[in-house]
Amino acid sequence: MIEQNLRAPAVLTPTKANLSMTRSRISHIKERLIELVLLLAALSSVAITLAIVVILVKESWVFFQGVPLKDFLTDTQWTPLFDDAHYGILPLLSGTLVSSLVGLLIAIPLGTIIALYLSEFASFRMREIAKPVLELLAAVPTVVYGYFAFLVVTPLLQKLYPGLPGFNLLSAGLVMGVMIIPYVSSLSEDAMRAVPMNLREGSYAMGATRFQTALKVVTPAAFSGIAAAYILAVSRAVGETMVVALAAGMQPNFTWSPLEPAATMTAFIVQVSQGDLPHGSIGYQSIFAVGLTLFLVTLCFNLLGFWLRRRYREVY
Amino acid sequence: MADLTLENIKAESKNLNFYYGGFQALKSISLPVADKKVTALIGPSGCGKSTFLRCFNRMHDLYPGNRYEGSITLKPDNVNILAREVDPIEVRMRISMVFQKPNPFPKSIYENVAYGLRVRGIKNRALLDEKVEEALTGAALWNEVKDRLDQLAFNLSGGQQQRLCIARALATEPEILLFDEPTSALDPIATASIEELIAQIKNRVSILIVTHNMQQAARVSDYTAYMYLGEVIEFDVTDSIFIKPKKKQTEDYITGRFG
Repeated sequence: MIEQNLRAPAVLTPTKANLSMTRSRISHIKERLIELVLLLAALSSVAITLAIVVILVKESWVFFQGVPLKDFLTDTQWTPLFDDAHYGILPLLSGTLVSSLVGLLIAIPLGTIIALYLSEFASFRMREIAKPVLELLAAVPTVVYGYFAFLVVTPLLQKLYPGLPGFNLLSAGLVMGVMIIPYVSSLSEDAMRAVPMNLREGSYAMGATRFQTALKVVTPAAFSGIAAAYILAVSRAVGETMVVALAAGMQPNFTWSPLEPAATMTAFIVQVSQGDLPHGSIGYQSIFAVGLTLFLVTLCFNLLGFWLRRRYREVY
Repeated sequence: MADLTLENIKAESKNLNFYYGGFQALKSISLPVADKKVTALIGPSGCGKSTFLRCFNRMHDLYPGNRYEGSITLKPDNVNILAREVDPIEVRMRISMVFQKPNPFPKSIYENVAYGLRVRGIKNRALLDEKVEEALTGAALWNEVKDRLDQLAFNLSGGQQQRLCIARALATEPEILLFDEPTSALDPIATASIEELIAQIKNRVSILIVTHNMQQAARVSDYTAYMYLGEVIEFDVTDSIFIKPKKKQTEDYITGRFG
């Protein structure tokens, strides 16, 4: 095309030159059009995110007209359905944090060990089999995990600890942890495998064992990727809904014990969305405040992840 | 080869064959490594010089399908370091390596140098401090980094990183130090400082160096082996190789008519 245009004045007749001019203009417009479509596609996700934030903030604002922020943050009761309604976020927050913590205590150590094994120790065949199977864990619908926790894990736990109530944070957290393992292991393994071979060779050449190499060289070299995997796991745990709604109960309960039933922020939102509270009431409005809190918590973790990635960026 | 008698031999390969799966990369290589001298391996790309070098610390064991035949005997205890029953980790404890591209670990300068010592189970802080300083001084890096030992090694320049890698290798007092084209990623000034360093440390450790740069081989080595297609074509005192090579092939390569 360019070559043609360059030669055009000398070789081609004026009409042909004009023709090639219009063709290049059409292709130019086409280019711009494609660019525009791509830009719109990119902007749509930004616009949707913004719209969600705007609605959350706006509706929360209405809620905070009726309930002072101080009560929301310090009250230890969450009873929007009672006549004497209390709107303290703490019981929901504690439920979310406890179930997430239990889940992460399972997912992070196990996921990291699995990633280390797959990346540094497993044979090629083993890895080709284990990785897809592991990723299948992420493909199981969360509602299945939910009733698995409620119908299988809880009865098992009750055998070990007879006083355990039918709904409890422990069982929900454990199953949630298993559910999150593939997120941790898969992303961490990718980060470890991206560590260049010459770094490993350097370690082996110093007389290090495989284990020492994996722990002292590969893991720190892949740290930012591993941290990103952990952050994603935290966000998944905090935002998880189905498992906790089914297995931990929906009764807000200000507790730090995983052996008790409790509602998480997400479980409460499900409950209200189902229509227990009339539209426009303060109670209904409260789900936006809870949603905003949830959003802020995950945002904090994402920012932390962003900072960690920047701080410990791999420089090979 | 046979006509050259070395007074002190540190290691010696005998009829060494090496296979990457079905491909034979080294063909019956017999070559001595002189004690406390620099032996250079030169030859065109793909001639097997790096492959040969990496036999000395059993680097090939890291990848499946590789196979050694023959022997490399390490003096004074005459152990065949290629033998199956010899633990490659034991070999690497005695024979260290500096790579083509500087590969400092994602750790502080101090911890990079201390790595080999820590791997060997040394925990005594005073001893580590002493060894780290000694190794960094030996690698002509101490004065440049002594005030920032706790900084990440990545912050150093390429030449400094390579000297750090040399310090890391020296810290464990290896018997042989392998260099795999140590200056190919460096600028001329950094290259000169590495070459100077090699001249300084050769009274402490036997050195085997692979280089693409013939002038470098001529400058730093005492003995030179010319390799081609997996075989050693000629091995002699460096001066002889470069001034009056016995084989036509060697002469063609050295004068630049080939390779």
